[in-house]
Parts: sequence; structure tokens; C-alpha cells
Amino acid sequence: MMIKRSINTIFTYFKSSTPHRNPNLTNLHPRRFNSTTAHNPFPSNPIHDQVIDFPGGNVKFIHEMRFISESLQHRIPCYRVLDENGEPILGTNFVQVSEDVAVKMYNDMVALQTMDTIFYEAQRQGRISFYVTTNGEEAINIASAAALSMDDVIFPQYREQGVLLWRGFTLQEFANQCFSNKFDNGKGRQMPAHYGSNKHNYMNVASTVATQIPHAVGAAYSLKMDKKDACAVTYFGDGGSSEGDFHAGLNFAAVMEAPVIFICRNNGWAISTPTSDQFRSDGIVVKGQAYGVRSIRVDGNDALAIYSAVQAARQMAVSEERPILIEALTYRVGHHSTSDDSTKYRPANEIEWWRLSRDPVARFRKWIERNGWWNDIAESELRNSLRQQLLQTIQVAESVEKPPLADMFSDVYDVPPSNLREQEKWLKETVKNHQHVYPTNISI
Amino acid sequence: MATLFQGLAAVTPLSQSNSIESNKLLFSSRRSLSERKGSNFVVRSDAKVNQVLKSGAARKHELLIPNAVATQGSSSVASASKSGHELLLFEALREGLEEEMERDPTVCVMGEDVGHYGGSYKVTRNLAEKFGDLRVLDTPIAENAFTGMGIGAAMTGLRPIIEGMNMGFLLLAFNQISNNCGMLHYTSGGQFKIPVVIRGPGGVGRQLGAEHSQRLESYFQSIPGIQMVACSTPYNAKGLMKAAIRSDNPVILFEHVLLYNLKERIPDEEYVLSLEEAEMVRPGEHVTILTYSRMRYHVMQAAKTLVNKGYDPEVIDIRSLKPFDLHTIGNSIKKTHRVLIVEECMRTGGIGASLTAAITENFHDYLDAPIICLSSQDVPTPYAGTLEEWTVVQPAQIVTAVEQLCQ
Repeated sequence: MMIKRSINTIFTYFKSSTPHRNPNLTNLHPRRFNSTTAHNPFPSNPIHDQVIDFPGGNVKFIHEMRFISESLQHRIPCYRVLDENGEPILGTNFVQVSEDVAVKMYNDMVALQTMDTIFYEAQRQGRISFYVTTNGEEAINIASAAALSMDDVIFPQYREQGVLLWRGFTLQEFANQCFSNKFDNGKGRQMPAHYGSNKHNYMNVASTVATQIPHAVGAAYSLKMDKKDACAVTYFGDGGSSEGDFHAGLNFAAVMEAPVIFICRNNGWAISTPTSDQFRSDGIVVKGQAYGVRSIRVDGNDALAIYSAVQAARQMAVSEERPILIEALTYRVGHHSTSDDSTKYRPANEIEWWRLSRDPVARFRKWIERNGWWNDIAESELRNSLRQQLLQTIQVAESVEKPPLADMFSDVYDVPPSNLREQEKWLKETVKNHQHVYPTNISI
Repeated sequence: MATLFQGLAAVTPLSQSNSIESNKLLFSSRRSLSERKGSNFVVRSDAKVNQVLKSGAARKHELLIPNAVATQGSSSVASASKSGHELLLFEALREGLEEEMERDPTVCVMGEDVGHYGGSYKVTRNLAEKFGDLRVLDTPIAENAFTGMGIGAAMTGLRPIIEGMNMGFLLLAFNQISNNCGMLHYTSGGQFKIPVVIRGPGGVGRQLGAEHSQRLESYFQSIPGIQMVACSTPYNAKGLMKAAIRSDNPVILFEHVLLYNLKERIPDEEYVLSLEEAEMVRPGEHVTILTYSRMRYHVMQAAKTLVNKGYDPEVIDIRSLKPFDLHTIGNSIKKTHRVLIVEECMRTGGIGASLTAAITENFHDYLDAPIICLSSQDVPTPYAGTLEEWTVVQPAQIVTAVEQLCQ
């Protein structure tokens, strides 16, 4: 990056000439440096050809002091395929999606949207304690999942249930986890929306932010060692990119040449912290180069752009054994979670605007309708059916009993040690002796 | 005092352990007394030699620990015996590690300078040349991140050994260890297991300064889902390393900076120790001394003095810091009725504090005296040699404490 010409000139002037030589020139003559003529004894290019081999590789010298600017002149542009009306932009290149895949993508985006709405409502009614929606980020969820293979291992943050949905986790399974009943494959041990499924290659959500990033790098390392045709994929938000684990994780992945895709959902908000208070760089995409990681910025509300970028990233990650960073720009339409009311820190009309006119689901719908793969009848059928299904799953999940007391002590270790067996015994006795205090619908 | 002497004559090793086998008694008695010149084991008045009793399914040999104090040379001890091979503690760790890496291709090592450099304490020397630099991975300096990496690799089928260059550095990995390592098997409903081993040297060294003299066992002991063991001899170092690698639970293996050069003869045959068992170092009658890691040697040094003064201490190296082997400990307390805990942890919130609580809860009726716990003071470890020595429990204090207990 060139610093301002005038400062350039000052240094050049002081270093290379004495005052009496060029009495007509002032310190701030703007063109002095540029006007190189044959008689000019000073080299125009301050970068020398001579290199020196410091640890880390050869570098050329520069005899001018130049600071690299803290930001590029222009922000990194954002890859987009469909415009706001769902029309492919002229000249765009993207991976073509078949009708089957596109219709499944749309169905799952609607399912995700509907599930989020209904489960959110269930929390408001007091039927579940907590929920996290993906409102506004349906394209990132579904389109990225569609571009991956089932062998790719997913390390989510907590706003990626669409990926699990795409992979075949049923609505009933989602509900079971949220109600922590005995059919929850997590055995009722985690908060709602902290899904995990071994058979879907979707690692458990932990509430800790960004800890999944090094996990993904470790998994990629494992896949690389086994020479599998698969990569690790991890998701996190703009806020998560501030955690130390993000920086170390990217650094590691680059050093280890690990096949991992880092997908950052830059939705503008980390609870109430806007990105202007989160970092001062141009988003997350520029950080890739700092760690030696190839990166791209994508319109996160454009399902086709996400699909193309993730597919290309996967190809590079697996065949070239390298990490890829994808920054998906989007907007968090919903609140951070059911424990948040975002109208407290952002204007309600801003939220409404993004919700209505920038809806990624609606935008994709326009594209598939234009292709003749979808219509209004199919739409209303789908939405009605989903709503019915979801209300049903909630009712069923609510009525199933909670996990038994023994599940409190199992899986802490592979086999419960003596202290846990003792504690379990003690607790069972306590519950038996005070049955009026403890809930009766839980088996011991 | 008279009763003490009577006690010495009457008790035989057989009665102290519930798992000793008679053929093992024969094996060790083949060793001649002259071999044990350098030993701190006491030949008792009835000329029976105290044996090191090890329980556990994989036990194959009875072995005397030839050298109970780190600073003494042990070359005089094992030379007469033909079987087994002699090595230093860090080599024993490496041997265990190497055997497990050969046995199971999913076992890998990650940490700073573990690869071509061979590890800061040489525990991974030459392993990178043998197994390749993917299985013995050099990481950048980010403990939380490479611990997280190990966890992620474990969730997808590998069995990583994560080395902290010094235990104290693993404080940076606390988030991953507590929130993920210990928890993910549980919170995933048993779907994902984390068979990692987290190991490294800790404890007070020789003037390494406060930051390099941390005792992390006190900080980690509360984390549910992890197991903690501390090795103290080449024999148990190798056995615990192998057991830790084979365990499907996350295990933290505590080594001590000053014990890496301990020499011992260990069996040639393969053996794996149990992670949850304590080690009977010296059976006795009068007082149960519970200790682990380096303090074991201070205790054994004090034991020499104590025996000369007519006491008969029973010394147990608890080895398993989480969970405690309350079975062995309990049997000992039921016999001696007096407990002294000697540890290197700080007084507040240390292993001794938890052990005191556990013993009081479970064996209160068997105690004839309050439990005495000797620990380091609640100060950062000073650099000056004299000050540093005073923070660590010394044999003289142990002797005084036993005398106090046995009044």
C-alpha cells in the first residue's frame, strides 16, 4: 500500500538530496517522486532486486519506509448469482443445480423456516425452555449442506440446524431434543437446539463459542491421515471470529494443510454487538490471507451462490488438501435467541425490512418458479403440511416421558466409577424417600 | 513404644494385601539382600523384605522399587537381576507410547516440539522419524487450539496424545478440557467419545519460576468426565501411559519435571496398569501415608528416618487422583487408624483437601486422630533456591508429622 505522496516525498527528499541542490523544490511538491527522467540519479522503484534469506523465505528490500494500510481501498466484493428477483445475473458463473436438488433445497428451506417459527412459538408458550432460530440464514444452512457430501463432518456453532435437517434428521427428532425426552439421542442432557447426531456426521453443539473450530481442524487432520474423500466443515458467526480459537484454528489448518472449510455467517450482530464493535477489519474474509488461507466473500442470502462456493471450496479442500474460508454476508432477522429482544438495540423497521424484502427463501422461490419447478399450489400444500406435522411432533414430544435418573450418571465415563455409582444410589434413595418433592413422571 | 515392636514382628506381607499371590512372594525373595543396598526399603526385624505390592489384572512380576529417592544412583541395585531392562522414566514413557503407536494406528501425538525435536523432555524422541510427522505432529503455540484439535480428532476416530510442554501451559487449554473434553461424551448422549490423553510435566522443579511450577491436578480435579493419574516411577509411568491410551475416557497423565531421569529395571514383557488403583509402596502398621508423584520420594526418605526411630509407616502412592482408590486407602486406614497426606499441591483446594474430605466422609469411624495434610503453601513458587525448597514438603516435616500423629 502506498502511503500519501507528500510523506513519501519528504523522506525521499531528506534521504537523497541536500537543500542546496534543488532550491526550487519544496518538501510538499506532489510530483517530485513521479517525474523520473533520465538524468534523475535516484531510482524510481524503491524495491530492490536484492533478496535476503531471513527465516521464512526470501524478501526483497525496499528503501522507503512504507506502512501497509490498515484497509484496502475497496472492500472485498461479494459473490452473487441471483439478483433480488431471483434472476441469474448476466454473466454470472455458477454450478447448475438440478430440479430435484433445487426442489429439495427449497422444501428444506421452508421446513427450516416453519420449524423455527413453530418451535419459537412453543418456547413463548412455555412448552420448551429455549430456542435459537436461523431466520434470515436459511440459504446458508440449506445450500451449504446441499453442496457437501454425507461423509463431510460438520462442526456447528448453534445456528445451523438446517444442515442437520438436510441430512435427514427428522422433525420428530428435533422436537425430542428440544423437549429433552427419553427419545432424545442426547439423553436429555443438553439445552434445546444443541443437536448432535453421530450417524448424520453432525457433531454435538456445545454452547461455547468457537471451540468447534479447532475441533474441525483436528477432524480434518484425522480425515487427511485416513486419506478419506471427505472434509471437515465448521460454522461460526461474526462474533465467533473474535475468539482465540478462530485465529489459532485457521493458522493450524494452513500449517497442517488440513481439508477444512470455515464458513462464517457474518449476520451483522453478536447478540447486541454490531460488527463495527466486533472488529475493524473488512469483515472476516480478509483474515484468510493473513493466515495463508484461501477465502471468498459470498452473498449469504443467495442460495445458488452459497451452493457454488461451498462446492468449489470442498473440491479444493479435498483434492488440494487446503483450508478454505467462506464469509457469507447475511442478516440475523430473528433475535439472538429466545432470551433476547433485539428491538432493544436495533430498529424494528430494519429487522422488518430484511425479513420481508431480503428473505433468502422467497428469492430462491422466485428462481425455481421461473424454472417451472414450483408453483403456488405446491407452496401452500407444503406450508400447511409442515405446520401440521410440526404441531404434531411437538404434541408427541411433549407427551413422551423424560429420561430416567440412571441417564444422569451414565456416559460421564465409559463405565461409571465407584463415586458416581455411590452418588446415584444416594440420589435414588433420596428420591424414593421424598416422593412428594420430586416429579413423578420420571422413572428411576 | 513396646507395642510398636510387637507389631513389627507379628505382621507379614501376606496379610496386608487382598490380592497377593504366593508365587509372587517366591519370585521376589530370590533377590539377594545385597542388591538392596541402595534401596530405601527397610529390612524388618523379622528379616522379611517389604515388597512392592501391585494389584491389577495385568500384573506379571513383583518388583522392588530399587530407588525411592530421585537424587540417588541406582546402578548398584538391579545389576544382579537378569530379566527386564533398565531405563529412565522419560524413556519408559516413550516406550509405552511407542508400543501403543505400533499396536494401534489411530494413536497419534500432538504438541509443541514433539516431532523432529523429540519433545522438550525427550518423551517423543525419534517417534517422528519412525511414525512420520503426521502421527507425531508439531503444533503452533496455541494450547487451547491444539487441545481442541485433539478433541476433534478423537471425535472422528483417532486416539491423540496431547502434550503440554509444561502442565502450566495447559491452563490455556482449560476451556477445551473442561467444556468439551470432559463433557462431549455426556452431552452427546454417548454418541461421541473422546479417548484423548493429555500429558505433560508439572510440579515444582529446580528454580523454574512460578509460572513453570504449577500443579494443575488441583484445578482439574473438579471437571466431570476426565480421569487423572500421576506417575512416579518408570514402571508405573509406562504402565499408566499404556492404560491411559487404551482408555476410552479422556485421561490426564501428570508427570513431574524432576522425575524424568529416575532409573529402574522394568519387565520386558508387556504390561498395562490399572488407572484407578493406588500402589502400596511400603506396607506398615502405624500410620497411613498417602502421597503421589515426587512427594513419594520425600516420604520414603522420611520413612527411613521413621523406621530408625521405631515407627512403621505404611506408604501408599495413590497414583489415581481422580477417582481416588478408596478401596486400598480404606483398607489401610482400617488397619493403621492414622492418616498423613503428603502432597505438592497448594493447601487450598488441592488433591489433599479432597482426599481429606473423602476419607473423613467414608472412614471417620476408623480414625484415631485427625488427618494431617502436608502441602505446599498458598504462594506462587519463588525462584530463589532456598525459598523454593521451603515451599515444598521436606522429609523432616513428614517425620515430625508422623511423630505427632502417633503420640
